[in-house]
Amino acid sequence: MDFDDTAEEAKFRSEVRAWLDANAKLKTGAEGADEMEVEEDRASMQAAKAWQKKKAAKGYARISWPKEVGGLGGTPLQQIIFNQEESKYDIAPGAPFAIGLGMCIPTLMHYGSKDSIGRYVKPALAGDEVWCQLFSEPAGGSDVAGLRTRAERNGDEWTINGQKIWTSGAHYSDYGIVLTRTDPNAQKHKGLTMFYLSMKSPGVDVRPIKQASGQSNFNEVFFTDVKIPDSQRLGEVGQGWTVALTTLMHERLAVGGGTGGGIDVNELLSLARTLELEDGPAIKNAAVRERIADWYVRTAGLKYTTLRTMTALSRGQQPGPEASIAKVVVASKLQDLSAFAMELESEAGALKGEDAAMGGLFQAGWMGAPGLRIAGGTDEILRNIIAERVLGLPPDVRVDKDIPFNKLPSGR
Amino acid sequence: MNFDFSDDQKMLREQARKFLAEKCTNKVVRRVFEGEHGHDSALWKGVAEMGWLGTAIPENYGGLGLGYLELCVVAEELGRVLAPVPFSSTVYLFAEALLAAGSEEQKTRLLPKLAESKLIGTFARAEGVGAVTPKSIRASFKGGKLSGTKIAVVDGMDADYAVVLARASDEPGERGLALALVDLKGAGVTRRAEDSIDPSRKHAEIKFDGAAAEALGKPGEGWSITSRVLDRAAILTAFEQVGGADQCLVMAKDYAMTRYAFGRPIGSFQAIKHKLADMYVNNELARSNAYYGAWALSTNARELPLAAAAARVSATQAFDYASKESTQTHGGIGFTWEVDCHLFYKRSRELGLSLGPQRSWKEKLVTQLELSNAA
Repeated sequence: MDFDDTAEEAKFRSEVRAWLDANAKLKTGAEGADEMEVEEDRASMQAAKAWQKKKAAKGYARISWPKEVGGLGGTPLQQIIFNQEESKYDIAPGAPFAIGLGMCIPTLMHYGSKDSIGRYVKPALAGDEVWCQLFSEPAGGSDVAGLRTRAERNGDEWTINGQKIWTSGAHYSDYGIVLTRTDPNAQKHKGLTMFYLSMKSPGVDVRPIKQASGQSNFNEVFFTDVKIPDSQRLGEVGQGWTVALTTLMHERLAVGGGTGGGIDVNELLSLARTLELEDGPAIKNAAVRERIADWYVRTAGLKYTTLRTMTALSRGQQPGPEASIAKVVVASKLQDLSAFAMELESEAGALKGEDAAMGGLFQAGWMGAPGLRIAGGTDEILRNIIAERVLGLPPDVRVDKDIPFNKLPSGR
Repeated sequence: MNFDFSDDQKMLREQARKFLAEKCTNKVVRRVFEGEHGHDSALWKGVAEMGWLGTAIPENYGGLGLGYLELCVVAEELGRVLAPVPFSSTVYLFAEALLAAGSEEQKTRLLPKLAESKLIGTFARAEGVGAVTPKSIRASFKGGKLSGTKIAVVDGMDADYAVVLARASDEPGERGLALALVDLKGAGVTRRAEDSIDPSRKHAEIKFDGAAAEALGKPGEGWSITSRVLDRAAILTAFEQVGGADQCLVMAKDYAMTRYAFGRPIGSFQAIKHKLADMYVNNELARSNAYYGAWALSTNARELPLAAAAARVSATQAFDYASKESTQTHGGIGFTWEVDCHLFYKRSRELGLSLGPQRSWKEKLVTQLELSNAA
């Protein structure tokens, strides 16, 4: 048992370091933990695209993808090594490309034609074209298959009408994959079909949603008589659910390793060291110390779980189910730890941004946490997944299985 | 990256699991749990024959000299089946105390016997209700004589020898403390079995009245040696706790899949699913923290005290949660004497207290965190 790279891994790590040294600057520590507040202005988007292009030229944009499509033909572990090294450098985060490269393009590579793969993969890798995922609807978030956006066929063309919601990055995306209902008379999981489309298509209307945090990272997307050629269908008609499961499997891998925006035990320790409470320094307070210990064991447990996953990859094995626990742990820890930090700040804890302690770090974490507990699978859905897929418990009894979709009760 | 047990160590795990499935059935556990004896002698002998007692004891002291990773593997399996043997008192505490502070002569005299199961050892610290602190230690060890009373000594009725934390001089605080090595069969030692929440690990009150004792380590170092030994024992015990927690999850899952209510398996209800998912999450975190502890133990890493505290807190939390929620999942039947849930519920609490409560380990953890952050 050790934490050392194998000779091969060490060689790859030093190659990556050399390339990063030549192309970027090491972080100085003065950048601030601003991951919760992803800046989406034009300048930072351009910086992100420029960095993505550099990585793509070297094959580093997606290391485990085959060389033919622009990857490096490497291993998942090499991707992790790259991410570890990249995180030490002051570069524009690749967040705008995470959904496209993490979910949409893998789905396209699985179900798309040779031509479409040839056309779309490389521009996505290079950051020239950004993709979004159009699944959730007002009528179906956790219950994605409850969606109602209609696609009707007319010869070789489909017409889309309906509405999507919670679509991250739709406002800066060039393309999207869209899950639609093509047969409302079929049982709900059987009447779905997947397409991809240009977000510039006539009839597509993207409206940013103002979130509870005040930011706008995701959108409503309306479709009014949007025309899509049948050649942009992914998978068979009526097989959209199967295709979506491929995407969602990739989603869990992509969202799973969230870090909570760099707000964790160390930050709480820093705060506790500077504050005075009723009975003296916060860091000397037994209640504070107990909470720090509670969160530390969860943070450390997750860190070493990741190392176990890396070990499985390093040994050429599939990661075990332990990889599925990250978001459940991170999101609620972020919420509780941030709220506790604000408690320590006391009356001043109600301030945010530059008026608050540590630049409003904990206030931002607290405000972002409800979103993190919902996005990419709610805490409840993730627990269902652990219970059913990892532990093998039976699925919930369902009342929507053997009924045509248009006969299902819908509430309103 | 190589943060997992090796194939050989995994083979040892399989071997241990198979041996214990056969030799440590719940009948064996219950015989001790419900009986007068402190442990099952046949199982204890079997454990010795497997060589487990000497897993981490160097060959020149009669052990196998395999190492601590192997001992962690064995510990997890012993914890999984609630093995009613004085393994942790003898191996994690007594042997570790000897290895940490014993003279060459002491080690040569006692460790080979221990490895052969001819010697049961334990470590006595507490003297009353409340935290064990330097101030709380009143037992006196002067001029080779030990006097005082220790309580809640795990396996105290069965032990042949004990390491006893005692006051050796009038110097205040921990500087006045030393460790005494005592033959419990000798004159001046009286013992009384105490009722404990987990009768599969019996506790004793031990009274020393001028009992002959020898020093273990230097005077004035009693507290620091104890602290080092407890760190090492905490990691090994964490593996027992992880094994127990894992077994609770298995029991809860099996029951939830076969028990029907309202016309469906109760495992199809989200109230049960989410409980079991949380159990799984806690267990995985505890396992990962324990692995880090195993690494620290096997390499004598500088991070050992932090790793030990984290492994201890994480494993205690996981086993507590798993054992109480496994009982809850079983419903009424889970609260009967007949079903094993209460054996795990009791063991989890007992293990959670016997090396000191979460509160003191959390304090230790944050102290270490402050030190490592300052460095």
